[in-house]
Amino acid sequence: MGKIFKFEKDVDTDQIIASQYLLFPTIDEMKTHTFESLDSEFASTVKPGDFVVADENFGCGSSREQAPSVLKALGVKAVIAKSFARIFYRNSINIGMPVIVSKELHEAVSAGDEMELDLEKGVITANGKEFQCTKLPAKMQEILDQGGLIASLNKEE
Amino acid sequence: MGQTVIEKIIGNKVGHAVKPGDIVTVPVDWCMVDDIMAPFCIKKFEEMGFTKVWDPDRVVLIYDHFLPATQIDDSRHFREADAFADKYGIKNIHRTDGICHQLMTEAGYVKPGDISFGTDSHTVTYGCVGAFATGIGYTEMAGILGTGELWIKVPESIKVEIEGALPANVTSKDVILSVIGDLTASGATYQTLEFCGSTVDNMSVASRMTMSNMAVEAGAKCGVFAPDEKTCEYCGIPYTEKEEALHADADAVYSRVLHYNAEELVPVVACPSLVDNIKPVSEVAGTKVDQVFLGSCTNGRLEDLQAAAKILKGHTIAPFLKMIVTPASRKVYRAALADGTLEILADAGCVITTPGCGLCCGRGGGILSDNEVVVATNNRNFLGRMGTSKVKIYLASPKTAAMTALTGVITEA
Repeated sequence: MGKIFKFEKDVDTDQIIASQYLLFPTIDEMKTHTFESLDSEFASTVKPGDFVVADENFGCGSSREQAPSVLKALGVKAVIAKSFARIFYRNSINIGMPVIVSKELHEAVSAGDEMELDLEKGVITANGKEFQCTKLPAKMQEILDQGGLIASLNKEE
Repeated sequence: MGQTVIEKIIGNKVGHAVKPGDIVTVPVDWCMVDDIMAPFCIKKFEEMGFTKVWDPDRVVLIYDHFLPATQIDDSRHFREADAFADKYGIKNIHRTDGICHQLMTEAGYVKPGDISFGTDSHTVTYGCVGAFATGIGYTEMAGILGTGELWIKVPESIKVEIEGALPANVTSKDVILSVIGDLTASGATYQTLEFCGSTVDNMSVASRMTMSNMAVEAGAKCGVFAPDEKTCEYCGIPYTEKEEALHADADAVYSRVLHYNAEELVPVVACPSLVDNIKPVSEVAGTKVDQVFLGSCTNGRLEDLQAAAKILKGHTIAPFLKMIVTPASRKVYRAALADGTLEILADAGCVITTPGCGLCCGRGGGILSDNEVVVATNNRNFLGRMGTSKVKIYLASPKTAAMTALTGVITEA
């Protein structure tokens, strides 16, 4: 079980990690500033295994891979949104962080609720209810299964 | 079945007809890596175990976000990218020439029909010459540097047809802002915006760049114009059947069609803090402004500077207001210097900076503080983009920006 951190629609990559922190040499140095402008407590309260649940168009804006990377580095198990911006979506899969489309979950849960995710079955359990997740395209599932693009490319060679 | 522009570009590259939803692996003509992402991309390239770059002549490194360096650690990015270029034989490096998205077509790299990827979301700009171009993350870019290819899903296309003559105070910036307002910030996610109609046929390539550039603000994967004679002249190539063949078929299939009558369009702004929060300038007129920014890969070209100079000639900007002008490239800077545009802007009281991303990415001079208002010609008004998260950013055309600088309050040109 993990705790839910809830966000609204059109969360952009500047809000996930602002551009002034991109000059830090490592993701670990950046991660304490995650969601700083939206929720200054996020980085200090999120625990490994917790979830980010959002409305439409999560991760819009810049191509910065640092956005999914700081979430992964903080231990966020998956981001579940009604829809994702395309670059954020690809970047997440490439670094091996699950991004899951669910049209229903956002309305059915509140911040601080607990949920569970069965990635293999594609089922989310929260507040005693089950929610089906949308499947990834086969090519993306393959990359995610191998733990991201680096592992995937190393395997091909 | 007829094909859209983007289906033709991708189909030509993979050697067979494609349709939306197909997953195909495409060969890459151009890779653009900018200074922010270079160190991360290089690290991933090494982790992947590659020993050579697939084709060093197809890779372009551009330093623009951090130039000139304003933070202690910025120059590390230049040093690491320089060392990578040395080691792998990359010769296309632009260290002080301007913004990556201006240079990729201006310096003669991307041509009609090409496929390009860049480590920045505004890579979509190159759609202005009839190319497929989109932004990716640095891990994916590292993969291309090693392999020369990338898998993509063939996008559906939304046709945006604009007919007629634009009113004198309406620019291509107002057109694309209006389109984004109608589509919303996610209305074109995973899709292509294909622009056509007599209005865009009559536009300069520079004006088209503004529209391609902002396609991503509606979530689009690319924003494309079929190449015409103007495109080819800009690219320094002859217009042949090859370019003509990239035009959409009459029976091409679109997920959606938007029609605009150019005569009905008005000057608009994107109000804080969402790009799709579009209002006519007349609705927010009178709002007091602390700073105006004219520049960026959206609107930092010669015609943009000239449009502002035409309004500011012989006048001085409002005394309490700062106006920052950042040409998109050295070529633009020199041209604006040669034709007297920069002199007019300087006389009017503008701060003219070196070419680069500057204030658009919250760097360079001009950072704002709580409750200050900026009218800017760039592409994003996200919270915290130009200083604190309480700065109010209005996105506008160069004409609206210049008129606003003159009066000190948001003013229709």
